[in-house]
Amino acid sequence: MTSHAHSVVQPSPLSQRIAGVIVVLYAVITMVPLAWIFLTGFKSGPDSIAYPPKVLFTPSAEGYCNLFTTRSRQSPEYIAQLPPTSGICDAFARTSNMVVVGASNFVPRFVNSLIIAFGSTALSVVLGVTAAYAFSRFKVPAKDDLLFFILSTRMMPPIAVAIPIYLMYRDVGLSDTRLGMILLYTAVNVSLAVWLLKGFIDEIPREYEEAALVDGYTRLQAFLKVVLPQATTGIVATAIFCLIFAWNEYAFAVLLTSGEAQTAPPFIPIIIGEGGQDWPAVAAGSTLFLLPILVFTVLLRKHLLRGITFGALRK
Amino acid sequence: MTVMRMAELVMEGVTKRFGATVAIADLTLTVGDGEFLVLLGPTGAGKTTTLRLVAGLEGPDVGRVLLAGRDVTPEPPAARDTTFVFQQYSLYPHLTVYDNLAFPLRSPARRVPEGKIRTRVLEIAQLLHIEDKLANRATQLSGGQMQRVAIGRALVRRPSIYLMDEPLSSLDAKLRAEMRVELKRIHRELGATILYVTHDQTEAMTMATHIGVLDQGRLVQIGSPREIYADPINTYVAMRLGSPAINLVPRRLYPNVEAPAAAETIGVRTEHVRIRKSANGGAVGRVKWIEHLGDQNHLHVTIADTDVVTLCDRDAGVVVGDAVDVELTAPLFFAANGERVRAN
Repeated sequence: MTSHAHSVVQPSPLSQRIAGVIVVLYAVITMVPLAWIFLTGFKSGPDSIAYPPKVLFTPSAEGYCNLFTTRSRQSPEYIAQLPPTSGICDAFARTSNMVVVGASNFVPRFVNSLIIAFGSTALSVVLGVTAAYAFSRFKVPAKDDLLFFILSTRMMPPIAVAIPIYLMYRDVGLSDTRLGMILLYTAVNVSLAVWLLKGFIDEIPREYEEAALVDGYTRLQAFLKVVLPQATTGIVATAIFCLIFAWNEYAFAVLLTSGEAQTAPPFIPIIIGEGGQDWPAVAAGSTLFLLPILVFTVLLRKHLLRGITFGALRK
Repeated sequence: MTVMRMAELVMEGVTKRFGATVAIADLTLTVGDGEFLVLLGPTGAGKTTTLRLVAGLEGPDVGRVLLAGRDVTPEPPAARDTTFVFQQYSLYPHLTVYDNLAFPLRSPARRVPEGKIRTRVLEIAQLLHIEDKLANRATQLSGGQMQRVAIGRALVRRPSIYLMDEPLSSLDAKLRAEMRVELKRIHRELGATILYVTHDQTEAMTMATHIGVLDQGRLVQIGSPREIYADPINTYVAMRLGSPAINLVPRRLYPNVEAPAAAETIGVRTEHVRIRKSANGGAVGRVKWIEHLGDQNHLHVTIADTDVVTLCDRDAGVVVGDAVDVELTAPLFFAANGERVRAN
């Protein structure tokens, strides 16, 4: 809406084409490792470590079987006297003298990741948007100092406080709990959320709320009906940043969760240790691990693009 | 009508400061029922602050605000019966035109049934000629349409007073002229009480029943457009109305004009300067420049070192460089401090 937009000169067709080629090249380069992980998930054990690496191979579900099951080694005689195989995973296990004894922990760990990441994202955004609104619209004493303080929580690497947090969590009983992890990730993310969202809310003209106030709405109603809808883009962009952090976080997860509340990132490497270096299973786990962020981002990509370029377009 | 019409808005000795700046200084103002009061003043004169004080978006440091006889000074905006048209950003971009118009009626404080809202919105849309745009997003409208919807948002309610903050300033000249007529028509048809602020003297002259002139947070003069134009109390007010602006010439250039003793400056409007081509050598001025505006011509005449602007007929036969006699037909006199000095 501001008139002082940047360059409005259309790039020439040639430079557009060159830019296109560069973007495609970059996309290909970043996609190769992902594609490799995706393919490795469908390789057999020997194929996954073959040298030179195999691009063409016979697909196998072994990796996914190993990801979702636990197996135990048995003597060939024992396996021979078993009834016929009950499923494809059982069949795979028997070829290497193993039997499936139960489900692995992958599904519960994955569910933990979902609950913790989405829970902390929701909490970060709710706290962030209300704090950002207050900072943007009200006279807060020592506003600049408070904002700097909030930002300063990000100035050291979070892992620097890992040991104190570990000790405190042990004392208050938050160790290895989903609530503990949600609170921890929220504490890390909320500073980012406040700063990002304050920027977005600052851009929403006050007149909108004031019109609502004059029209008979309370401050809270004006916030919900006028400010929030217009901050959607910022909220979505913030949520994605928060979610990516909480979803991928590894160091705290290793330190603070071991059982009940363990998330997928510390779980996936553990697979390596179970019965040899099972790369297909690790790749299968990594592939599935990517999906929630992928789905979330694709669903909201329209907002995300607008959100990330928001400041650049308007200033 | 036998019912005595009550003043809709009374501001009593209102002062508002922002930090060290005094935005409004001891403002006392009355807007009667059905009046269209235009507050005129340059940027920073306190026009918008006055509106915000009435709406309750700001609280006064001193003084009271009364609406329809009720002291609303401590009340929040929602509890006051006003409506506000902002200079810009008055439409919600995430809503359709219909929902924008319905928004004030849907407020939890009002709880108007949807059927009634529909009737009212359609009525207003017809009044403003936007009935075919109701399904559009607010962002798909042209500037003129947006501003009409913004005014429509104010009109769907029947508040005790309509507050308008330069609602036409973002429009181009043609649309602004149309909207002036439109607003005046709405004022007549609805009998609405309107407090309108602008720095545009044309808007003030064409629409107002009363004009108040603000200067640095003070109300300098209030009266009918005619009074303000013809009878300004100081040079500041005199300069605010009239285009081209009133000529202010030193008293000493016109020793022959009968003037009060304290008069230092003579104010004379362009239409009150009479030019005659000089026949003898006693001319007082020389034509410096002629502006042809199509409908009128502005003649710039230099008298000593002062420029006087007047209107002249195209066929007056005056050309640049001519020596002319200048006669003032309805002079106003001002003292050295700019205050009006009246004859006798």
